Formats: sequence, structure tokens, C-alpha cells
Amino acid sequence: MASLFASAGAERQKPSEALFRFACAAAATLLMTALAGIVVSLAIGGWPAFRAFGPAFLFTATWNPVTEVYGAAGPIVGTLLTASIALGFALPLALGVAIFLVEFCPAPLAAPLAVAIELLAGIPSIVYGMWGLFVLAPWFAEHVQLPIALSTVPGSWADAFFSGTPNGANIFTAALVLAVMILPYMAAVFRELFLTVPPQVREAAYGLGCTPLEVVRSITIPSVRRGMIGVIMLGLGRALGETMAVTFIIGNAHAMPRSLFDGGATIASTIANEFTEATGALHEASLVALGLILFLMTFGVLALARTLLRTDDR
Amino acid sequence: MTGSRAMRRRLANWLFVGLCGLATAIALGLLVAILWTLVSRGISGLGLVLFTLDQPAPGSHGGLRNAIVGSLIMCGMGMAAALVIGILAGTWLAEYAPGTRAATVVRFLNDVLLSAPSILIGLFVYELLVAPFGGFSGYAGAVALAFVATPIVVRTTEDILLLQPAALREAGMALGAGRALVIRRIVWRAARTGLLTGGLLGFARISGETAPLLFTSLGNQFFNADPSQPMASLPTTIFQFALSAYDEWQSLAWAGALLIAAAVLVVNIVGRILARESHSL
Repeated sequence: MASLFASAGAERQKPSEALFRFACAAAATLLMTALAGIVVSLAIGGWPAFRAFGPAFLFTATWNPVTEVYGAAGPIVGTLLTASIALGFALPLALGVAIFLVEFCPAPLAAPLAVAIELLAGIPSIVYGMWGLFVLAPWFAEHVQLPIALSTVPGSWADAFFSGTPNGANIFTAALVLAVMILPYMAAVFRELFLTVPPQVREAAYGLGCTPLEVVRSITIPSVRRGMIGVIMLGLGRALGETMAVTFIIGNAHAMPRSLFDGGATIASTIANEFTEATGALHEASLVALGLILFLMTFGVLALARTLLRTDDR
Repeated sequence: MTGSRAMRRRLANWLFVGLCGLATAIALGLLVAILWTLVSRGISGLGLVLFTLDQPAPGSHGGLRNAIVGSLIMCGMGMAAALVIGILAGTWLAEYAPGTRAATVVRFLNDVLLSAPSILIGLFVYELLVAPFGGFSGYAGAVALAFVATPIVVRTTEDILLLQPAALREAGMALGAGRALVIRRIVWRAARTGLLTGGLLGFARISGETAPLLFTSLGNQFFNADPSQPMASLPTTIFQFALSAYDEWQSLAWAGALLIAAAVLVVNIVGRILARESHSL
């Protein structure tokens, strides 16, 4: 097409033509520069922290603005822990919802339900965070944490999982809120993915006498396996970088969490809570350095997700 | 023998169907519970006062006018920038560069940017605009929101332009129009509902964004329509109020959250209806 144009317009290309083309290319370049700009600015801003603490920044869990010693291990572990627990809860539910909508749901109900799920995926995350703070946390403290705290023997194995102030603000409840938040998103993308499986193939399997379970297990899932990993990575990427749903409820403690029911922090929640109140240059640099770590984590996950999803729909 | 096997298959299938149904019931139940909380706690705060009074001091009566106005200004500016850049970049992907290596790279990076943590965009704009130019401002907030919305606009623009029939372009070219003229006068015009949909989806997304505004526009307890100063926004005000210890502030936070969620829902639904119309054409 382009070459055809070059020859046809060779007589005289109007300046407005070239200008418009240039504007379009410039906008695309700007977009690329933005991503590069994020990496570069975070690297520059976080450099003082990496220089002051070296690799120990990644592996120590001291976070002390008074003595100006910062280590990122607490928030890193908190981020990975909340995101993976959230994924553990959300994945089976999202899969169940998507399979239900594609395979079993009565047709008149399937379309509105699918739209509802997609609309819920667009609800701002701050709403999920407030629900976590005002509804989930008090309920969890009263009905889960307190009974468990009263019935476990201090020092027993259960303590390693369940010890902590029974106020409902901890790693586990934060992960639950995250799970509820990524659930409609993952369900919606899973559904779209399952719909890409040609109906003829599935119908052929039904024609051979397969039950729906067998169709899902041996036709639908195998044919979109790469894409499914992509969707899981997308969900994980969202959970890793989510700020508002977590900040309300995680308890904001920077020490290495001692148990699942202990207060903690994620990278995003730490930045959200402390950045505007950073006490010194090193504090600010440490927070930006945390941001860079988060960026690298999510970039890896998202790049993998997009690569898997892209090759799948070609 | 075959009977028991068929029985087992049927049993396994029932179990599977039951589990999927259960998952759906749990998911919908949770989401309905959240929406119910949102509506039941927020509805009492909705009223004209919400739009006419500024945020109150702790313990007194007020509304969210300063935050609503701030949000509208910043989302409007951010969206305008995102539309210009996003539509141009999307046009480049769909019209000038399809099949090229550069397009693959841009599309990939756009997809990554689309789901990048928005708090990092806030940090980036802080380093880019706030730290060097002395202070938080509504402009910085708008730029951060523009970075969040642009990838969405790029994506929908490219998708919608690729849907336009080639015959449309050929017809324009046959009349002697140049490529840019064909794109602007014919392709964009044919795709305008789709382009609008992209804009609406982007707007819905940024109107609920809190994280990118925390260190860019900061927030402002007073009414301010000057974007060169720190500016209040609904999400950041909700964040501050929800974490406060005052009942009035907490109920304002719920009212604000309901307002945003309802606005996002309405914008998304309108976008969806428009999208359906433009696809059926």
C-alpha cells in the first residue's frame, strides 16, 4: 500500500500529507518514549538508594526513616505474597465463572451476566479497598481471627500462619480484597479466550458423546493453554501493581511479615502511604527504588502475558 | 461395566457443572455484596449539597464540590491530551505502519503500558514534572491521567480503523485525495463512533484512578480551578476521608465512591452501546 502511494504521489506530495504522517509517527514515538521514560526516571530517582545500600537493599527488611536505613525485603515479600494468594483464590473462581458462562449458562442469561461481569471489572479499585476496610476487615477480625487466636496454642505450628493483631488488617485480608478485585477482570478475559475456540470443534466433540466436562478438559482448555497462562499473568500483573485496594487494609507494617494474619505492606502501598511524607532525600530515593523493582516485576509478567496472548490469537 | 463407566462420567460431569455454577454464584454474590455496601452506605450522602458545598472541616457539614470540579478539570485535560496522542498513534499503527517491525514494537509496548501499575505513572510524572518544576499541580495530575488513558485510546483506535473496509480508502484515493486526506475525511469520519467509544472507555478508567494523582495533583482542601496549583480530586479526597476517624468524612467518602462508581458505570454502558452500533454498521 505504502509503496503504491509513494509512486502515485511522487509527482508532488502536499506538505499537509507529510505533516499528518509525521504527526502520527510522532505520537507513536511519544508513546514508546513514555515507557522508556518511566524506567529511566525511576532508575535515576532510585539510584541514591541502590548506591547507599547496594544489593542489601533487596534482601534486608529494615525500614527505618529515623536512622535512614532502608531495605525492601518486607514490601517485596508482601507484594509477592498478597498477589499469589489473591491469584490462588481468584483463578479457580474466574475459571469456573468463564466456563459456566461459555458452556452451561442458559443462553438468555449468559449475555447479561457476561456484560455485568465486564462492567464490574471496570469499578474503580478504591471501591474494593473501602469495602475491604469497612466490611471485610471487621468481619474477618471478629469471625475468623479472634476464634483462631483464642484456640491456638502460642508457639504451635498454627501460630506461624495465624498469629497477629486481630484487627482484620493484614496480608491475608488484603489478598482477599485483591482476589475479589481481579476476579471479574480475569473471568471476563477467560470468557473471551474460551469463545475463540471454534464452535465446530466443540460441537464435534459433543457429537462423539463427550460430556461437557470432557469437552472442556480435552478440547477447550488444551486449545487455549498458552492464552490461559497469559490471562493468569495479566491477573498477576494487576494484583502485583494494585495500590488502592491494598493500601486500605494491609496494615502498613514494613517488617517482614511473621504470619499470614500479620500486618504487612506491598511496594505500591508503601509508596502510596509514604511518598508525599518522605522525611529525606534517601527516604524518597528508596521509595522510587521500590517503584523500579515493582516496574521490573510487572514488566516481566506483563511482557510474558502479552507474548502468550498474542501468539495465541494469530 | 459400561453402565458403571457411563455413571462415573455422568457423576464427574455433574460435579463439574455444580462447581462451575458454585463459582459463579460465589463470584456474583461477592460482587453484589460490594455493590450493596456501596449503595447502602453512599446513598444517604447523595444530594444537591454534595455538588454545591466544598469539603467540610472535620465535624461539620459539607459536600465534595472542590473534589468534583478538580476531577472534572484534570480528567478533561488528561482526556483531551490522550485523545489527540492516542488517535494519532492508533492511526499510525493502523494506516501507516501495519506489518512493520516498528508497529509490532509499539503495539507491544502499548499493551504493557495499558496494564502497567498506575502508581508508577504517578511516580514518573512526579520525577518528570513535579520535582523539577517546583510543586504539585493540576497540570501534573492531568498529564499522569493522560498517560493512563492514552494506551486505551490507541488500542481502540487501531482496532476500529482496521475494521473500516479498504474499499472506503480506495474510493477516496480514486478521487485523487492524498492518504492523509482520506484518513481524516473518510476513515476517521466512518469510524467516529468507535473513536468516541475509545475516548469514553479511557475516561471511565481515569475518573476512578487514585494512585497516579497522589503525588502529582496532591489534593487540595479548598476550591481551586487553577490547574497550576495543587488540585483536589474525588478519588484522592475519598482516600483521605475513608481513612479518617470522622463519621461525616467517612459518609462523604462513601457518597463520593458511589458517585464515581455510578459515573464509571454509566460511561462504560454508553461506550458499549455506541460500540455495538458502530460494529453493526
